[in-house]
Amino acid sequence: MRVVEKNQLMAAAEIDRTLSRLAHEIVERNGGTAGLSLIGIRRRGVPLSQRLARAIQAMDGSVVPVGTLDITLYRDDLSLVAAQPIVHSTDIPFSVDDQVLVLIDDVLYTGRTIRAAMNGLFDLGRPKRIELCVLIDRGHRELPIEATFVGRHVQTSDTEIIEVRLDEIDHEDRVMLVERVP
Amino acid sequence: MSCRFHHLLGIEPLTREDISFILEQSRPFQEIQSHPLKKLATLRGKTVALAFFESSTRTRISFGTAASRLGADSMNLQAESSSLRKGESLIDTVKTLDAMKPDCIVMRHSSSGAPHFVQQHLQIPVINAGDGTHEHPTQALLDAITILDRKGRLDHLNVTIIGDILHSRVARSNIQLLGKFGAHFTLCGPAMWLPSELETLAPLGSSIRRVSNIEDAVRDADVVMVLRVQQERLHEPALPLDDYILLYQLTPERLRLAPSHAIVMHPGPMIRGLEIDPVVADCPQSCVLEQVTNGLAVRMALLFLLIGGPHDESKEALHAAD
Repeated sequence: MRVVEKNQLMAAAEIDRTLSRLAHEIVERNGGTAGLSLIGIRRRGVPLSQRLARAIQAMDGSVVPVGTLDITLYRDDLSLVAAQPIVHSTDIPFSVDDQVLVLIDDVLYTGRTIRAAMNGLFDLGRPKRIELCVLIDRGHRELPIEATFVGRHVQTSDTEIIEVRLDEIDHEDRVMLVERVP
Repeated sequence: MSCRFHHLLGIEPLTREDISFILEQSRPFQEIQSHPLKKLATLRGKTVALAFFESSTRTRISFGTAASRLGADSMNLQAESSSLRKGESLIDTVKTLDAMKPDCIVMRHSSSGAPHFVQQHLQIPVINAGDGTHEHPTQALLDAITILDRKGRLDHLNVTIIGDILHSRVARSNIQLLGKFGAHFTLCGPAMWLPSELETLAPLGSSIRRVSNIEDAVRDADVVMVLRVQQERLHEPALPLDDYILLYQLTPERLRLAPSHAIVMHPGPMIRGLEIDPVVADCPQSCVLEQVTNGLAVRMALLFLLIGGPHDESKEALHAAD
């Protein structure tokens, strides 16, 4: 199986602008940042959550707590995956009780990752509300889950893959649409 | 790195990388022990057979709890109620358990090598929970993560082990594990529990010396491991218990001879007033209870590694490809 690049969906500047808008929407919808925390889903949700926190701080000076969530133990496809799954640390150094948690991920697809993430959060306590913020919503949901904040909606087919590349992990900032060809 | 083993029979066959990988994978499970809700559904539908042919409380409860916190069920075979008492052979008992289709078997046996023997007859993963005087791998792994937490490293530690090293599978597994990281061991105890053959146990890059005087043994220690006097394994006592206490009990005065950063470990069950003074058992240098909590994390990680991933067929292929 080969993977070919079809086109670029976002360049670095667009990612910046989109995150800045999403940061404003998060603060606007929640009427400020009181009781608000961001939870980045590993891996690419983590740098995105940190960037959003910085954008919120730049906006009104408030420091929003940021946590990191690993969903491996909550996946529903562990017996189907090809290789041994590796578990990473979840690092949420604050109580989630009565907090408004904004889950952050790069791409929303089937919704199964978000289901797993919510299960993980409920093991830590009882949040007041959970919202979802994604850079790209590519459709094809398999569960009744929708994002509260969306960077961009992209129409995709089953064989296409959205590749979000972030400087912190991939040493470049861009979003690509790629296709699997047999 | 992927999971490169299908069983856990001992520390000896593992590489440093294997060990580091298991310890790394135990970290997320350490966190779970402090969650308000500790129960996962990760291994829902899986069954762990706990076959304890030798009586055990803490290790059996620890494995049972680890399985349960991962959402797995466990089936329990205990020495006291075992059909072994009625004369059934080990292999028949194990095959009977296997016929109830567990996904892995955790086994303790008083004969060294029993899990290796059983493994040859089964398709499912076998975890050694202690075999005779041979190995107790999960104890060494939980000790290692406890040491890492307290000291921040595993490399080149001075490790003093006090007591009945001859009969101790805990000591043997720890020598294998910490020895692979270049530990310098000082073994201390009555002469008949310290035969010179013990020095040949040291893995490449590590060293073992025997010291009869406890004051000398603790002097440079980073880690002091106190072993239980295993009265059930002794055909004849090495020396009267009163003398043992006088010569080898870890007392506050003796611990004071060790560097102040030295930690004290005990695999349990701990007999206060025999091998360890109660003040030492409860002092800030002691990590006895951390060892117990870390035992859960390490055992959850192992169960997840061995039965949490892809189906056995693919794992077998993975194993063969190495």
